[in-house]
Amino acid sequence: MPKNEECRYMKSHEWAYLDGTEALVGISDHAQKEITDIVFVEAPKLGRKVSSGESVATVESVKAAFDIYSPLSGEISAVNPEVSKDPAIVNKDPHGKGWLFRIKPSSKEELNALMDWKQYQEFLKTQKH
Amino acid sequence: MTAQAVSLLKKTPLNQAHKDNAAKMVDFFGWELPLYFESILKEHESVRTRCGIFDVSHMGRLKIEGPSALELLQKINTNDIAALKPGQALYSHMPNESGGIIDDLIVSCLDPEHYYAVVNASRIDADKEWIEKNNDHGVVITDQSPETAMIAVQGPVAEEILFRHLKFKEAKSLPRFGVTQAEILNCQALISRTGYTGEDGFEIVVSSQEATSLWSALISGGATACGLAARDTLRLEAGLLLYGQDMNEETSSLEANCAWLVKFGQDFIGKNALLSQKTRGLTRRLCGVKLMDKGVPRHGNEVFLGESQAGVLTSATFSPTLKTGIGLAYLPASVKAGQELFVLVHGRKIPAQAAPIQFYKGKIHA
Repeated sequence: MPKNEECRYMKSHEWAYLDGTEALVGISDHAQKEITDIVFVEAPKLGRKVSSGESVATVESVKAAFDIYSPLSGEISAVNPEVSKDPAIVNKDPHGKGWLFRIKPSSKEELNALMDWKQYQEFLKTQKH
Repeated sequence: MTAQAVSLLKKTPLNQAHKDNAAKMVDFFGWELPLYFESILKEHESVRTRCGIFDVSHMGRLKIEGPSALELLQKINTNDIAALKPGQALYSHMPNESGGIIDDLIVSCLDPEHYYAVVNASRIDADKEWIEKNNDHGVVITDQSPETAMIAVQGPVAEEILFRHLKFKEAKSLPRFGVTQAEILNCQALISRTGYTGEDGFEIVVSSQEATSLWSALISGGATACGLAARDTLRLEAGLLLYGQDMNEETSSLEANCAWLVKFGQDFIGKNALLSQKTRGLTRRLCGVKLMDKGVPRHGNEVFLGESQAGVLTSATFSPTLKTGIGLAYLPASVKAGQELFVLVHGRKIPAQAAPIQFYKGKIHA
């Protein structure tokens, strides 16, 4: 289970964590709080080739649908079967049991372009109204 | 939205209380109201299992008084206002000449010359204009909305909270759609056994100054503060229509599946149009739509009968009680409950079924 500090973040609030040759992807705690009660996750298809920044999944709460963007380019190598059974785990444990998918990145370089935890915290401050 | 736009929104007497309670506020037809406090699902569940309270002060409250009040109300309503005895309320539609719905409302009879109507916030001006236009005999119409607040107390424990914590003696004896004037927390209140959630419950009107103390007393009594989002999922599960989405001036009460509200035995504006529509037969009717696979349908999604688009969802949501997607759509009148449909959600055709409008049947009949 990746710690907040070990993940990289997108401005659209997805996190990525490099786990060997694959990266684990989910949404941040900030994102799950904003989305509130998650009732449905439409996961990407296994084996789908995606580009970084591409909309690959949908997370839906009672009130609205939110696009989930891939933080990296590569191939979807796993999707979390637990979130389709119990979408609320994304709210309860967004960095742990509520991860969304795994991706086999075509290059690890793209990770460096993402924000680290400290930068993400600074970014969140600028988002507050 | 800019700060200036927010400040132009109308505020209910409970506005500050909601903000102090960390509500997520939204613009609802020009009113700043709570969308939810912490969790829509928890708020929804509180109403189904215990008790939730809603600030419905934005709704219009009109006093209609005078010797000809009944005559006026009878003329502009599809339902039989003359059947009301003092202390009774009913749900009705106010049609235009062509049978379209100007508004849906609850009319209470306080005494034979004193009626009270609760109308939609978005329709207050249109309603007042229509009522005055048809007011030939000097009936006095007073908009009480600005100086009063209204709180809906809904759920199986609502009765107990009103009885025990508000010392409302009639809580147990007031029948469904009964209405009474009572003193609670040392202030005058108009209390009806009505609501918009499919559960037992009450709606309480008090003066604006008393609103915050009533709200706090209900919270202390164990009620959960609920917002518009839960109100929407609750009413849709219960098959209660929302004006502006599920009905409007272009849809008739018959098409809106509300034939039970239309009393053809009396004269009212729009009767001839509705009668001729009934005789001709309906071409479309509001129908329940239930998803048979995962997905969350939304207002505006297209509904398909086989390959052809047959309608659009006028309201739709994930049903927290049924744990499935539900919605309403105007579909060909030939569509029967159980018939196979598809709903287009994010470009994906999700299998669905036509269903009765009431998805959730609680212990009471709305």
